Amino acid sequence: MKAVAARIRAPSGTLAQSLGLVCVAAVILFLASEALGSYDDLQLANGAYYFAVLAGLTVLTGLSGQISLGHGALMAVGAYTVALLIGNEHWALVPALAAATATSAIVGTAVGAAATRLRGPYLAGATLAFAIGLPALADKYTGTFGGENGLIINPPTPPSSLGANFPLERWEAWIACAGALVVLFLMRNLLRSGIGRAFRAVRDDEIAASLCGLRVGRVQTLAFVVSAACAGLAGGLLTEVLQLAAPGAFQLQLSLSLLTAIVLGGLGSLGGAIWGAAVLVLLPSWTNDIANSFSLSTRVSANMPLAIYGLVLIVAMLLWPSGIQGALRAIASRVGHRQGRD
Amino acid sequence: MTKFIDLTLNGISTGAVYAAVALALVLIWRATRIVNFAQGGMLMLTTFIASDVISSSGSYWLGFAVALVCGLILGAIVERVLMRRVEGGPPLNAVIVALGLLILLQASAGMIWGNTPRSFPPAFSIRGYDVGGTRVLFSPNDTFTVLVVIAVAVGLAALFRGTAVGLKMRAAAFQPEVARMLGVRVGRMFTLGWALAAFVGSLAGLLVAPSVFVGPNQFDPILIFGFTAAVLGGLDSPVGAAVGGIVLGLVLSYVSGYEGSSLVTLAALVVLITVLMIRPGGLFSSTRERRV
Repeated sequence: MKAVAARIRAPSGTLAQSLGLVCVAAVILFLASEALGSYDDLQLANGAYYFAVLAGLTVLTGLSGQISLGHGALMAVGAYTVALLIGNEHWALVPALAAATATSAIVGTAVGAAATRLRGPYLAGATLAFAIGLPALADKYTGTFGGENGLIINPPTPPSSLGANFPLERWEAWIACAGALVVLFLMRNLLRSGIGRAFRAVRDDEIAASLCGLRVGRVQTLAFVVSAACAGLAGGLLTEVLQLAAPGAFQLQLSLSLLTAIVLGGLGSLGGAIWGAAVLVLLPSWTNDIANSFSLSTRVSANMPLAIYGLVLIVAMLLWPSGIQGALRAIASRVGHRQGRD
Repeated sequence: MTKFIDLTLNGISTGAVYAAVALALVLIWRATRIVNFAQGGMLMLTTFIASDVISSSGSYWLGFAVALVCGLILGAIVERVLMRRVEGGPPLNAVIVALGLLILLQASAGMIWGNTPRSFPPAFSIRGYDVGGTRVLFSPNDTFTVLVVIAVAVGLAALFRGTAVGLKMRAAAFQPEVARMLGVRVGRMFTLGWALAAFVGSLAGLLVAPSVFVGPNQFDPILIFGFTAAVLGGLDSPVGAAVGGIVLGLVLSYVSGYEGSSLVTLAALVVLITVLMIRPGGLFSSTRERRV
């Protein structure tokens, strides 16, 4: 695989491009966090860690062609690692996040190695069982993981150089966005490298890829490891932002909504992961606003947000089968054609 | 020893319900290559309808029959109106549409009937049989459950193997293009497959409702374990679905009886991974050639 990867190296300038992109994104996020209020800063932080996990999942599912219904559980691994290291061992944040990433990557190696033998719905079934099975450990070892109530850590303190009144939410948004930018930089380079092409080759045709000298099993496992590492970092950031790691946050619904978000955003592209993160953060508050804007009985209004969510999923999939990113690309190319004709 | 027998009997009766849900999923997978996550919502809806009919008419069997008919109609409508548009497309899109439908159905049920679970009457007595002075954990209602699921499994096998419609359904699922050229109405066969699957699903809902109660989210575990059972047996095999359901029911019953109910989901994971590592396509899979 190394030989093939060397032969199809990333186009020159990818590294500089990615660095530039990350710098631009950092400036935009900085300005946004300054402009937003504390509630919206918290939403930004939520969106940032969602992006981190979605970027990894979209690489796994969109590029390497493996479905996972278990990424919520991989996030839980990262979240609990950070909670244990910061809460019990008093580690600093950055090493704790690195440890969370590494721990999830190790768990991901095991899952990925098992996953190489499985395809389609069988992989979905195995990862689904993983997603519902793993949170049970928190219940079993209540002493270590705190059972249903989970583990609580102290909120991060903004450095004193930023001023005494620096809002906590903005600091949390900065931390989460920094993590998201690291993921963006690494993933963008990975997608354009020989490894990214190997992922795509394996997705499109396993046998052809193996005839080209790619070790299909290894490539698939690597995709799982990369994606699990992203999920671990995202889980760690989640703990840092919410100051809590509890099994209730990592139920099957989380894994399912992550999968939904990458398909809705546009499978296989980092742009799609950004849209997906925006959908995960904004859609619940929008649907709540819509439900509350009508004067309905509590029974109806309590279920209204969920009903709108389900309806959005169905309609969006029928209208834009390739997600928001795909729809935007189609619009852009149509506009481009029209300009070309003029 | 009595505990072991009790757990075995309990495992068989819950396993029968998993088997029924697994059968519903396998029917749809065979016909249209879609994993129907909306099945949990569809059977929830029909069980709610049964609950309403039973409480207003006072007849259990009228509610039972109405739910089954509603299941048939609902399955056909869902396929014709919704799934037809995503069949043959990217597989994940169909999964997302099914999930969207599941969420929509659960929210709608919450709006109509409220989110508080309500009780549901069993068909027969749920008092365990008296065997030599001790009461075993198996009731006339459990006997009914097991017999109904066996009857459905045998009926489906007879339909697929012994009738012209069954042959057409298999042809449509196996080679849609060829089947269409030979005059099989492929679309109609898909609709029929979905209707049958929803029929079996609504049956599973009726059978399990007395023990889990009826509510928008009460059937989620049944769907998850039903799917696990289907994967365990092999999604292409109705026999596998039945065996997978019973095996899963037994294992989960032993684990929750001897080790505590908190480990049940973990046990399901261990069983599934063990089986899939040995047979990646489930217990009853057939090997397939691979070509470029």
